[in-house]
Amino acid sequence: MTWEPVIGLEIHVQLKTRTKMFCRCRVGFGAAPNTQTCPVCLGFPGALPVPNRTAIEWVVKLGLALGCEIAPRAVFARKNYFYPDLPKGYQISQYDLPSCINGKVLVPLQEGDHAVGIVRAHLEEDAAKNVHVGGRTGRIGGADYTLVDYNRGGTPLVEIVTAPDIHSAEEAKRFLQLLRQTVVELGISDAEMEKGTLRVDANVSVRPEGSDELRTRCEIKNMNSFNHIARGIEAEIERQIAIWESGGEVEQHTYDFDVASGRLTPRRAKEEADDYRYFPEPDLVPVEPGADMVERLRAELPELPAVRIRRIGERLDHERALVLVTGGLDGLWEATVAAGADAIAASNVIANQLVGAGVEPAAVAPGELARLVEARERIPRSAFDEAIVKVGQPGFSAEPYVAQEVVSDTSALEPVVDAILAANPGQVEQYRAGKDGLLGFFVGQVMKETKGQADPRAVNELVRAKLAG
Amino acid sequence: MSAGLAPWGLGSDTGGSIKQPSALCGNVGLRPTYGTVSRYGVVAFASSLDQIGPVAKTVRDVALLYGIVTGRDPCDSTTVDRPEPVEVPTAERLDGLRIGVPRQAVALEAIEPGVRASFEAALACAEDLGAHIGECDLPLSFEYGLPCYYLIAPAEASSNLARYDGVRYGPRSAGETYRDAVERTRDEGFGAEPKRRIMLGTYALSAGYYDAYYGQAQRVRTLIVREHAAAFGSFDVLATPTSPTVAFPVGDKAADPLAMYACDLLTIPSCLAGLPGLSVPCGLSAGLPVGLQLVGPPFAENTLFRAGHALERALDLDLVPERLRA
Repeated sequence: MTWEPVIGLEIHVQLKTRTKMFCRCRVGFGAAPNTQTCPVCLGFPGALPVPNRTAIEWVVKLGLALGCEIAPRAVFARKNYFYPDLPKGYQISQYDLPSCINGKVLVPLQEGDHAVGIVRAHLEEDAAKNVHVGGRTGRIGGADYTLVDYNRGGTPLVEIVTAPDIHSAEEAKRFLQLLRQTVVELGISDAEMEKGTLRVDANVSVRPEGSDELRTRCEIKNMNSFNHIARGIEAEIERQIAIWESGGEVEQHTYDFDVASGRLTPRRAKEEADDYRYFPEPDLVPVEPGADMVERLRAELPELPAVRIRRIGERLDHERALVLVTGGLDGLWEATVAAGADAIAASNVIANQLVGAGVEPAAVAPGELARLVEARERIPRSAFDEAIVKVGQPGFSAEPYVAQEVVSDTSALEPVVDAILAANPGQVEQYRAGKDGLLGFFVGQVMKETKGQADPRAVNELVRAKLAG
Repeated sequence: MSAGLAPWGLGSDTGGSIKQPSALCGNVGLRPTYGTVSRYGVVAFASSLDQIGPVAKTVRDVALLYGIVTGRDPCDSTTVDRPEPVEVPTAERLDGLRIGVPRQAVALEAIEPGVRASFEAALACAEDLGAHIGECDLPLSFEYGLPCYYLIAPAEASSNLARYDGVRYGPRSAGETYRDAVERTRDEGFGAEPKRRIMLGTYALSAGYYDAYYGQAQRVRTLIVREHAAAFGSFDVLATPTSPTVAFPVGDKAADPLAMYACDLLTIPSCLAGLPGLSVPCGLSAGLPVGLQLVGPPFAENTLFRAGHALERALDLDLVPERLRA
């Protein structure tokens, strides 16, 4: 039987507002523990929450970018439970009346657009951070004690819940890349998984291909890169298929993905079912974004990444467009092409060499880059590589690099080739005995000797001729 | 205040804690329109009901103090500015004022005869001052107000009191694990009445019971708001005794929580509706003060002050306790 995976994602995006969701403490990463706190985010008696206007605007903006309806009236609720990272004994979160509902994201894939429904996007406050000390794992089980850092407590979070419209790990990854890029371009979050400003849980089930049933799903947590997410989902799909095919029954459970082993480890089951006793937060009034605000924010939306992937894909190809847009590189690419560079060549140089050299795209002058792209076939490889490393520096000029010429004059290269062949008689013998792969070795030696100034094609021909002769 | 130790004070009120003690002690107390005084800094009990208000010896002092503490506070998002400034009352007549007396309130058997007599005398006095007295109906408010309150207030309290877990401040009892320590801290730190309310409220919010209890109470609350709004179509203020009884001995009702809860029968409906209520002394029963409760539509504090002040002047009561007379 062929199985179809059914995947829904739950994504938490930490907003990079200046201050927290309900107080004026700074939002920050890396400050000394418990230095960014106040009576409100520590849950002191008598303190009251006041919503962050920017966070409310940003969730609306994100909702619009995800094709959602914006609720004219959203309500914060209290989610009640005891945990040391939750100072008030409840988390303030939108519940039955979230800010954004019924969205749809069209993910551009090679074979065409794939629609992923957005069930909801809502605002909530983040919990503080528990640091479990002692034990081996850094997790709560086996720890000697737990320290709580309340700096993160009260940071604005947007929770995005997708419909179970995703049918492979690859689709999940593509959707997340697109979502991440959208969030980054809206300027509302850094959305960095390693910093925890973007967190993803996946709900996975499988069903016989062609059926529309929804079987028992399992949740996978603790995945901290897009590749881990894809691997975690793959592992879970395989696990479930194996259970069904051996006549078993998948049981609902939550798993952590262990990166090192690639295995899923079940979380300890809770003794009782959660009952969060949600009720409307009486300390806050409903969020009622006026139509004028919503329209202003809609007008402010930039051209979204999905649209650009499609547009650029028509000029290049889907893969190249995807890499450029989700890498935040397409702006530079467009400017470089506009400055006269060949579209495909510019895309290759930007997506490969420039990224490989760690150059910040925003720092690059497109006109200078265009000159390098245009000249890259005829200037020495070493000059090109050096120029790419430096292209992001202030005041960079391509001039001294594009002025260099490769040495393709055979008479200048011949003595070098002769010297290299003379110095490696063993390899020459092996080559002549049929080990063709050694050609690259000789060419490399010549390039090294000429410090990259030689034209590789000319060297290639020359070496080949000499060895044949 | 009654002992003359302070000229005025602020009280916090959820279901009657300003008006009720003011009545029993012969003071004037205002529970303002919900949202007109900041709750910031007040230890929360039931956030949608908690209000702060002034208590003083006279209506004018109460009005003066209310004028100072009212207004929008950026630290409390549920606050608003009053649509009109506070006026300290001077008029001594009540010509044209329409006073409604809820039939269901005065029919309560719990109202002591002495309280009823003082209340009726106060109404007669108001009529002499030019007010029109009429009857009105608030059947849902008085039948369901109390049960509605005792679902909403404990539900919110159960959540508001969750922060007292001993982790960050306050007493902490030792325990082997986090859960153990929190359970012990809360067991040892809370008295019987808070525990009772936490349990009631937790139950009312639980999955499977929410709709039947907390959800239903919120719907009833909406009906109580509407019922009051309808009454204000015909009347400017509503009048009842503030408390069914005069002050009772300390500890008298401690063993019977239901009898204790019933003391709030008359103050609770307007609290649920978020309406302003003023308690002014209106007589003595067996030597103890009786309070008259005047309730108005939202932001009608000035009307309550005018009515209270005129009655206060006309009744001219001397409520200084015997033992405090020099």
